Amino acid sequence: MTAMRKLLANWLPAYAFLYIAFLYLPVLLLPVFSVNASPIPKFPLTGVTLDWYAGLPRTPALLDAAWNSLVVGIAASLLSTLLGICAARAITRYRFPGRRAVSGLIMAPLVLPEIIVAISLLLVLLQLGLSLSLFTVVLGHVLICIPYSMTVLTSGFEGFDRSLEEASADLGESAFGTFRRVTLPMVAPAIVSSLLVSFTISLDEFVMAFFLTGTDPTLPVYIWGQLRFAAKLPGVLALGTLLLAASFLLLTLAEMLRRRAERRANPQGGVLA
Amino acid sequence: MTAAAEGQATPRIRRAAQKSLLQSEQAQGWALISPTFLFALVLLVAPILVVIAHSFWTQNYLTIDRTFTLEQYRIALTEPIYRDLLVRSLYVSLLVSIFTVVLAYPIAYFISFHSGRHKGLWLFLITIPFWTSYLLRVMSWKVILGYNGVLNSGLMGLGVIDEPSTALLYNTTAVVITLTHAWAAFAILPIYVSLEKVDRTLLEAATDLGDGPLRCFLRITLPLSVPGIVSALLIVMIPTVGDFVTPRLVGGKDGVMIANAIQAQFGKASNWPLGAALSVTTMAVVTAMAAAAVFVIRGAARLTR
Amino acid sequence: MPERTMIEIASVTRSYGAFKALDDASLSIREGEFFSLLGPSGCGKTTLLRMIAGFDTPTSGSIAIDGQPMNGIPANRRPINMVFQSYAIFPHLNVEQNVGYGLKRLRLETGEEKRRVDEALAMVSLSGLGKRGATELSGGQRQRVALARALVMRPKVLLLDEPLSALDKKLREQMQVELRRLQQAVGITFILVTHDQYEALAMSDRIAVMFGGRIAQIAAPKEIYQRPVNRQVADFLGGMNFVQAEIVGEDAGQILVDTRALGRVRTDKPKLFRKNGGSATLGIRPERLRVLWDEATAKFEVAGKVVDRRYFGEITHLIVEIPGLEKPLSVTETNDFGADDIPIGAPIRLAYDPDALVAMGE
Repeated sequence: MTAMRKLLANWLPAYAFLYIAFLYLPVLLLPVFSVNASPIPKFPLTGVTLDWYAGLPRTPALLDAAWNSLVVGIAASLLSTLLGICAARAITRYRFPGRRAVSGLIMAPLVLPEIIVAISLLLVLLQLGLSLSLFTVVLGHVLICIPYSMTVLTSGFEGFDRSLEEASADLGESAFGTFRRVTLPMVAPAIVSSLLVSFTISLDEFVMAFFLTGTDPTLPVYIWGQLRFAAKLPGVLALGTLLLAASFLLLTLAEMLRRRAERRANPQGGVLA
Repeated sequence: MTAAAEGQATPRIRRAAQKSLLQSEQAQGWALISPTFLFALVLLVAPILVVIAHSFWTQNYLTIDRTFTLEQYRIALTEPIYRDLLVRSLYVSLLVSIFTVVLAYPIAYFISFHSGRHKGLWLFLITIPFWTSYLLRVMSWKVILGYNGVLNSGLMGLGVIDEPSTALLYNTTAVVITLTHAWAAFAILPIYVSLEKVDRTLLEAATDLGDGPLRCFLRITLPLSVPGIVSALLIVMIPTVGDFVTPRLVGGKDGVMIANAIQAQFGKASNWPLGAALSVTTMAVVTAMAAAAVFVIRGAARLTR
Repeated sequence: MPERTMIEIASVTRSYGAFKALDDASLSIREGEFFSLLGPSGCGKTTLLRMIAGFDTPTSGSIAIDGQPMNGIPANRRPINMVFQSYAIFPHLNVEQNVGYGLKRLRLETGEEKRRVDEALAMVSLSGLGKRGATELSGGQRQRVALARALVMRPKVLLLDEPLSALDKKLREQMQVELRRLQQAVGITFILVTHDQYEALAMSDRIAVMFGGRIAQIAAPKEIYQRPVNRQVADFLGGMNFVQAEIVGEDAGQILVDTRALGRVRTDKPKLFRKNGGSATLGIRPERLRVLWDEATAKFEVAGKVVDRRYFGEITHLIVEIPGLEKPLSVTETNDFGADDIPIGAPIRLAYDPDALVAMGE
């Protein structure tokens, strides 16, 4: 029995570290080869250079794509957070028939093959006579960002003690004043976290953007186009590295805020690492 | 005595309270959720219905003939090329979902039971790749598995092989490896959540009744985490069947999946009804496979007791 | 005590569908009174409190505070404040900001707000903790902050929803004393909701005992304890021996009963007294029966046999079988004379005061 436990105790952490390595090593190759002097990504490395990064700002198509991604990301994150707030608040605060079914529907894009969601949307938009543009990409991105927004917001709203709002009313505050002085400050971190997370998802999203964009590519669509040309690979690696770094930063920030929101909602709740 | 006694009777009142407040509570809840609900209705449900409608139509060059026909389904199910693609897609998604779940279980177990104070950090580490660009993750596997890629150059540098091996790129194996990596985090979270719900005193009770750690795990922990395993399996299996980036980048000719064919029908080939029929067929078949998998797992879980 | 009515509750009913959480409740609470709503969970006491606060609306009936009808007046415009069961301390604000929360809206002069906050903190012995974060407080401190936050508004009525239930026993007892002292110091009407009968008895001027949405009895603590109107109230407030008796005489306010074992007793008719044929139920508290030692005698005494004994530290419960009584009597005796050593099976004589025998209604 103790032998078994010892084996488990030693085996599991080792496995966990290997697993993390499996998760991260492939991704970490991007930055490694993005500073490799040789344009072909293979070992051994031939030297360190920042040329590939230096080349990025000199590519007008890339700058356009970056701008497009920024616009789409901001629009999608604002919209999905707004819709996510409505849904998360309704689900955590009210009980109504069909609550489960509706939230299931809203979460559905998370478990459907993206291509099917994308082509369905494409069909409808074309049938409606809408021409494909960044706007249609935003619609698609909002659809797949809402489940994430909702998850983040629900965890921030949940455990929000209803008597806090009652206490505020009891102390003479109006409904709007209660929202401004109690509700909003308490859920603000969750809202910002939702904005960051949905912006990151939109920034990295490819399938929707690929089907729904017209002539304006977002960054991932631009990268996809560049992948056909072997000579462009180092530039793509550099760009990918920047995207990864941006995502990592945004997500870390979002996580820190989410935890703060959670701590606020349950002050007695244990210490999560 | 106070808390327990109070806790028992209040829910009854609450439930009764909700019944009467029904009107306003219901109305407020619906009003609040309706924007999001309408958005999902218009941009998700309606489109899927439109796709289903299209699958019963035909297309002549640029015009859609709206006469009801099952012709597209006949093509989708009998044309060898589509049949093969569908079978391969199912095979790949089944393999990938099994691999991800098997690989994910121990890590979810580790985080839930053994990570101690660093639980939050571990969860964060696991989830980060899950939010970052999937295209970039597939791309890095292309770099690793390529003809002149990291793996081949590395193995040659070590003298293990003399010339680049093609065994690992542009085939189904490459697709499975890449997808297993891409979906890893998705499987961990649901399993972790179900393990967290396992009441630790149950394990102490089992130990107290004479079970060793292994039996304890097999008789208590594993059966109680079945819901997590099931949702992990579904959350990986269904989306992967429709993946088209991975087959395109690392699959080569042998790795092409049904989604590539669907994409072609909405792109170059421009046959929407056929694309629609392929999509509907894929969804139906993968749902059936998922249901079968759930059935098998639940059955197996029952046997362990 | 001034006799001005502060709260008037007139036939208030609150129904949820077919279920009546509160059924035709009427009561009036005087200015400066410490009033408790006592009852088991689900008896409607919290519903009533929340309707006074404005968080719930009566299905029928009316509530007036200081002569003003409260129909349609939202919680934030009522001259009352509440201490919530969970305390509802705003976690994103510190102690000072929590206490000053309601004052902010009053736009007081600079300095005045601070002065009132400090005064309120001093009142609950939290001076100097103003800058402490809401999440760094102990249970007792949270309770004091909630109290200060409500009192600083100088409400006409302070509502307390089970304010002590989250505290441990020792702290709870200490807070009972403090709350009572505080109430007497500020002179505000306090309405306390509790399911703890000792808490209600120890703190209140008057108590309303509630069961199943109805008010069973409204009276001062001593009256409630000694003269409960029915068996339910009697049981809820502590142990009670019930004795069946035959009615042998009756006038407007009193009845004369024959208890056989305990003799003939003249006793007041309770409010809801209904004759049950020719018999009535009498009750006597276990501590109103005393053990007679050795040769001691009493004017009213009864003999029996000890059949069981339970030791509780400073007291002992004796279960005594009396010939002629259908159920044995429960007796509480202090241990200073050795009640804990009385052997089971021993003969025993008990002294009682016929005035302590009260007739039960219903």
